[in-house]
Amino acid sequence: MQLTGAQALIKSLEEQGVEVIFGLPGGAILPVYDPLIDSSIRHVLVRHEQGAGHAAEGYAHVTGRPGVAMVTSGPGATNIVTPIADAYMDSIPLVVVAGQVATASIGTDAFQEVDTTGITAGITKHNWLVTDAADIPDVVAEAFHVATTGRPGPVLVDFPKDVANATMSWRPAAPVSLPGYSPPAEPAPEAIRAAAALIAAAERPVLYVGGGVLKAEAWDGLARLVEVTGAPVVTTLMARGAFPDSDPHHLGMPGMHGSYTAVTAMQRADLLVALGARFDDRVTGKVSAFAPEAKIVHVDIDRAEIGKVRRPDVAVAADCRLAIEALVAALRPLLAERPGGGAAGRLAPWWAQLEEWRRRFPFTYDRDGRGDLGAGRRSGRLLKPQFVIEQLRAATDDETILVSGVGQHQMWAAQHWRFERPRSWVNSGGLGTMGFAVPAALGAKVGRPDATVWAVDGDGCFQMTAQELVTATAERIPVKVAICNNAYLGMVRQWQHMFYEERYSEVYLSPDLPDYVGWAEAMGCVAMRVSEPEEVLPAIEKANDVDDRPVVIDFRTDSMEQVYPMVPAGASNDDIVVHPSQAGSPR
Amino acid sequence: MPAGSGATAAPGRGARELGAAAHHLIALRVENRSGVLVRVAGLFSRRGFNIVSLAVAPTDDERFSRISIVVDADSAPLQQVVDQLDKLINVVSIRELSPAEAEQAELLLATVAVAIGSRDAVHLETLAAAAAAEVVDSDGQATTVRLAGTPEALDAFEDALRPYGIVELQRTGRIALPKLGRRGLG
Ligand SMILES: Cc1ncc(C[n+]2csc(CCOP(=O)(O)OP(=O)(O)O)c2C)c(N)n1
Ligand SMILES: [Mg+2]
Repeated sequence: MQLTGAQALIKSLEEQGVEVIFGLPGGAILPVYDPLIDSSIRHVLVRHEQGAGHAAEGYAHVTGRPGVAMVTSGPGATNIVTPIADAYMDSIPLVVVAGQVATASIGTDAFQEVDTTGITAGITKHNWLVTDAADIPDVVAEAFHVATTGRPGPVLVDFPKDVANATMSWRPAAPVSLPGYSPPAEPAPEAIRAAAALIAAAERPVLYVGGGVLKAEAWDGLARLVEVTGAPVVTTLMARGAFPDSDPHHLGMPGMHGSYTAVTAMQRADLLVALGARFDDRVTGKVSAFAPEAKIVHVDIDRAEIGKVRRPDVAVAADCRLAIEALVAALRPLLAERPGGGAAGRLAPWWAQLEEWRRRFPFTYDRDGRGDLGAGRRSGRLLKPQFVIEQLRAATDDETILVSGVGQHQMWAAQHWRFERPRSWVNSGGLGTMGFAVPAALGAKVGRPDATVWAVDGDGCFQMTAQELVTATAERIPVKVAICNNAYLGMVRQWQHMFYEERYSEVYLSPDLPDYVGWAEAMGCVAMRVSEPEEVLPAIEKANDVDDRPVVIDFRTDSMEQVYPMVPAGASNDDIVVHPSQAGSPR
Repeated sequence: MPAGSGATAAPGRGARELGAAAHHLIALRVENRSGVLVRVAGLFSRRGFNIVSLAVAPTDDERFSRISIVVDADSAPLQQVVDQLDKLINVVSIRELSPAEAEQAELLLATVAVAIGSRDAVHLETLAAAAAAEVVDSDGQATTVRLAGTPEALDAFEDALRPYGIVELQRTGRIALPKLGRRGLG
């Protein structure tokens, strides 16, 4: 069968099981958009290529399958650089197909030519420039293989226009053979034995759970590991949902804005079992002061993460699910020999300490806050962003997917939402990309049409990518967006408040400009504005009843609210700053 | 060479520094494809690893090339350099060699301000013969000599040439194979 390169590309994508592509056409990728008309693959036409990338990420986050985005050369390719970097940081399987100028024009500064493979080399697991149409099936198969195996991540296929227009004799892809690529899978038995011995002997263990547990679908194994060890669990920003927040073993999120108990438990631990976590600076604080008494077991599929920040006592380079299962198997007999593990036995003193911290330092905020309310406010009570998130959670089920932007609202969402299910939390962790939420929510809804998808977004973030709500309306993707409109680039304002003597530089946005309700309505959404605490729940319920179009609620939240606790940048986790109402409490 | 902040190559840097304890040799077998050198150099730049010298050439098997890198192990833990390189899809295998375990070689070409037939030319020829270097070119103004050998031998020869007035000097990056009896994997 003779196919054009463009047809071969679409056919190859179909053979990979692709059901949706997020993209936007242009000159160099034009040939590929023609056979797309006849394909079973759905195409979602975004309004900006950054939206295509984040939507594909959102899709991948909630389904575990690779997200696919397609863009044209030059500005199309550069517009998707941010999502590629985002996916690289957060290990999201993402396949980007970018149009490129014809091979003969490469290097001549042709119209809309950029060195796409050069630009993206440092932020992809790998990229390919296709120079021969006959290579297409193999390149696509390799791209999906690399994106989805080992530590997942983004890949890019640069696709010149003449290759798209060439003809080739179709043949299915050969089995992938990449001599330089062999991610680890099974853990080494001696490493598992050594790790199990440390866990069985620990008196103050903490299971430090990172995003790798979600990538490896290791949540069932994790639950069993907690069961056999009785050890406390912390879930990082990338791992929220990997272990239910309602389980008493869960101490919450560690890190700069983590719970006091999670942060302090790691500081005082005698053993950290890092599972698919990478000792990120936002978790460790000052590395030299991090968890000073802890031995480290580090399980990661990426060997380069092991020892990058902190030298482990036991290194387990393996798939997290297989490693956790092996650990459980090794621990069962060990712990059976020493009865009385867990909260009731050997770990009892540790749990007593943890419970005390938990009792004294829960997340808190001033629920009754009063202040300068501005015109038109009735009740005299400020609308607290944490309250909005609590009400949102109360009005939604465990299957609801929560997506967030980047800033204070993100931290409040991570703190105050009760996550019960894996893949119910979608956010930009490593790169911290403002503008992530709206397009990622759209992609998440496409991937999980059965689930309610709520985005909690900042007013600043919303303004970066809100136009994808046009996409959502046009494509009938009914996402819901709760804007925590504090009229500020709040997180930056918080740093200026704390570290720059309240000298506020370029962080004020205005609550009314833009008019979020008018803007949302113009994009085809149902839109509401909420200023009073008692209006919150009714508005959310009304939003939950809409299922044929997107909804935006402009929540006018307190501008002055700060995220607590906070470990100042570069400080030791021991210097965690708690909420002022808890500050007097001796530790 | 990458112009990035981390990957600073220092041409003409002698083996005194190259041989220092903090310098390690990494021999990569890479797929012989376009862009591979850029990926390797880009990785060094992005991760803040310093390249002291670099040599690239095809191997006996046309599918692969060999990249020999001398890294400044003070700029990053060696294991981290190796692990990050291993993540590059086109890097097929990596061999890490400490200078003590390696048979090393480098090539030097130098033009010195010694005119053909001059009195210095005689001295230069003696010097070259003693170092097992060759005079490969000369004219009324200058003479070019060539030496292949260990980095230390090249350093010594370079020092000995200096009094004659070095017009131009080039050294290749260092290549290495494990000493026999110490062959590791790779
Ligand atoms: C693309 C991008 N630019 C700048 C920043 C730096 N930054 C981090 S949080 C933040 C403020 C976000 O403001 P908003 O969306 O209103 O959220 P808030 O903190 O007020 O909840 C900024 C500017 C960033 N993370 N991403
Ligand atoms: Mg804001």
